Amino acid sequence: MRALFLRDLALALRAGGGFGLGLAFFLIVVVLVPFSVGPEPALLARIAAGVLWLGALLACLLSLDRLLAVDFEDGALDLLATSPLPLEGIVAVKAAAHWVTTGLPLVLVAPVLGVLLNLPAAGYGVLVLSLGLGTPALSMIGAFGAALTVGIKRGGLLLSLLVLPLYVPTLIFGAEAARRAALGLEAGTPLLLLAGITAGVLACMPFAAGLVLRVNLR
Amino acid sequence: MELTVSDLAVGRGGVPVLAGLSFVLRPGAALVLRGPNGAGKTTLLRTVAGLQEPMAGTVRGAEDRVAYAAHADGLKAALSVAENLAFWASVFGQSDIEAALQAYDLAHLRHRRAGALSAGQKRRLGLARMSVTGRAIWVLDEPTVSLDAASVTLFADAVRAHLGDGGMALIATHIDLGLDADVLDVAPFRAAAGAMASVDEVFL
Repeated sequence: MRALFLRDLALALRAGGGFGLGLAFFLIVVVLVPFSVGPEPALLARIAAGVLWLGALLACLLSLDRLLAVDFEDGALDLLATSPLPLEGIVAVKAAAHWVTTGLPLVLVAPVLGVLLNLPAAGYGVLVLSLGLGTPALSMIGAFGAALTVGIKRGGLLLSLLVLPLYVPTLIFGAEAARRAALGLEAGTPLLLLAGITAGVLACMPFAAGLVLRVNLR
Repeated sequence: MELTVSDLAVGRGGVPVLAGLSFVLRPGAALVLRGPNGAGKTTLLRTVAGLQEPMAGTVRGAEDRVAYAAHADGLKAALSVAENLAFWASVFGQSDIEAALQAYDLAHLRHRRAGALSAGQKRRLGLARMSVTGRAIWVLDEPTVSLDAASVTLFADAVRAHLGDGGMALIATHIDLGLDADVLDVAPFRAAAGAMASVDEVFL
């Protein structure tokens, strides 16, 4: 398990691994939003939390189609499936590696980009906290979607369509928590619900993903 | 413990390919599968490796003992030869990769990126993976593709050494490896056409 995690990190960080793709996308979205909605600090402050959350979600989505497809195409997935590692563990580890290389950088860079969107000072702590709680769920749900579409050529479109509805609860509660905090309101309830969703996803999704992967490898 | 295949029927996507196959593979023995392209050798090997369920019959003694080598080697182009091999060794709970590097004459290439290897060198690296798994049953699908004569000899030596240690090998190949092995031609076991299984079975 550890070897697989370290290998995925190494592959993501080396040339051609796609590390930075999500980060660059997030940066581009957030930088361009003020240009597209106009120079109104008050409006930006109101939509900042939602834009940051949506940007992070789409940035996560961007790299999902390669999550399992690379290993499927070069045959490594078949070989991993015959190894002592359980498929559930393989998917969970790959989702964890995806989070570390995609989700975590987004969480860390979000407060910096919050400045560009005139996010009120009160919102930064909860923004980072909500992204930190929510993005692991995005990676794990994405890994489930990737497992569903693993054998399909150009499965990225189908993957996005399958995964987006599952992303909605995380987006709603994550953005709501960040928005309430930015307005100076109490954000505990949406944060708890967000944490609950993530906990549920992390507990259940590896098994669902392992199951569909086993079917897809036949 | 031997590998026992009895009255096995295998299929692809619900369509039966082979039926009524039985054989026993004892420690120290190899079985070479032959048959024309599309006869179902790969499907049979995938079933024995546990990647798909048999349509009928049983495979006994294969659970957690099979090291499988498919057409694709599963190499990562961005990792070096030694890193690729060390990864697979640690996945299988092993650590020593030196013997495998020596056996396939890869020691001088250890720091080369796998993406920069020739086709034959990649194949050798893919086969060296078998040696670092520590598994008893090698299931090899066309292992000699893109290997030159000298490399085929290296491979045959590695299989012989594995068999000498009490291992087993199930090999689908078209060339003569010079192994002292039984040969099983799968062509006579071709399943009757039209005996389509329920489509839902694929998902069960």
